[in-house]
Amino acid sequence: MAVPNSKHAQEHDHDHDHDHDHQVVPSDPALRTKALESLLVEKGLVDRAALDELVDAYENKIGPRNGARVVARAWVDSAYRERLLNNAPAAIAELGYGGAQGEHMVVVENSPKVHNLVVCTLCSCYPWPILGLPPVWYKSAPYRSRAVIDPRGVLREFGLALPEDVEVRVSDSTAEVRYLVLPERPAGTEKMTEEELAALVTRDAMIGVAKIAPPPGGEA
Amino acid sequence: MNGIHDMGGMQDMGPIQREKNEPVFHEVWEGRMFAINRAIGAWGKWSLDASRHGIELLPPADYLRMSYYERWLTRNVELLVKSGLVTREEIETGKPAPGSQKATPPLTAAAVPAMAGRRGNFMRPEAEAKARFEVGQHVRARNINPVGHTRLPRYARGKKGTIVRHHGIFVFPDTNAHFLGEQPQHLYSVSFTARELWGDEASSRDSVYIDMWDSYLDHA
Repeated sequence: MAVPNSKHAQEHDHDHDHDHDHQVVPSDPALRTKALESLLVEKGLVDRAALDELVDAYENKIGPRNGARVVARAWVDSAYRERLLNNAPAAIAELGYGGAQGEHMVVVENSPKVHNLVVCTLCSCYPWPILGLPPVWYKSAPYRSRAVIDPRGVLREFGLALPEDVEVRVSDSTAEVRYLVLPERPAGTEKMTEEELAALVTRDAMIGVAKIAPPPGGEA
Repeated sequence: MNGIHDMGGMQDMGPIQREKNEPVFHEVWEGRMFAINRAIGAWGKWSLDASRHGIELLPPADYLRMSYYERWLTRNVELLVKSGLVTREEIETGKPAPGSQKATPPLTAAAVPAMAGRRGNFMRPEAEAKARFEVGQHVRARNINPVGHTRLPRYARGKKGTIVRHHGIFVFPDTNAHFLGEQPQHLYSVSFTARELWGDEASSRDSVYIDMWDSYLDHA
């Protein structure tokens, strides 16, 4: 993340323009990673082109838009929704998604009475094929530690205050089962197409730290 | 192991820090580290469980200080050396040992898309394992404190819950992480009320669902 021991890093913290046109002093892990990659390539242990392909896949192809399509389909197609809730890996595969860290998916459904929230207290388990790689906050100590003991407080930090009569269910991903929250379809979206609906679905809502806002101009 | 990684229920980790428009990787080296991790995993010298345990072996101060991918870097160097793929001297010099033979990487760029779908299925439906529990039964999580790897979080040990879902038979991480075999067991989702976990001040409606292997549980 930030580059330690570098004034540049402190000034540019969280400025993630990858097209830097000026010199950045590489952080220690950057240098060590580069040295390790060279060694592994020289020894024939890894193929540099395979590394490029992996980075490209997770930067450009695999991400939360996949999950958004799953959610939108479930909203418009009740038979699909049933399949998704009963056999998530098969239903997700219908849309062409699957793979590492998403082999054993379970979809949990939000309703006016139940709100689901997903965490991995022990490490950083997350459904990669449909949400991509997790954001830093999801992997961070503050979220991992408090999501189970104070989920309502965590949700308030995300700007979501739930009424007392809503049941909060936290899923702690301690095994190889990966959880996706099926958020509630917002009001005022009855006439929207599946594609328009997918555009409303956010990563945070599929983790369960947010609801999906009604579309601008829609009836709330 | 009662380590810093097992942080569910801690309260002193500070606010959750979110970032707008967060990139998948904050620095180029993070993407390389992510990819190297997958590519060296393809050698099949260690399991995902062993790999997780490698992170848990970091001293707590280092664990908290390091960024996510810095932990991966440190862990992967250790796994590479322990597995014999790389020697400590090679890591230090950054050069293959004189006279060492060049290997052929098991993961090629062309195989990356297919590999995503193939890798890491953790279910073992054909394994001989008896299910001691069924959905609806009351259980108590065992109070175990192994010094090795476990996925039974501290905050749930000794607590009473209810089996809410049977996931099937899965590889058992507590042995697999230590190269002691997969020893597959039935895996369940167990619900614990917030009050059982955190006392009377917790919400009477809320609950935490935790995935637990058969041997983590007793009848209650």
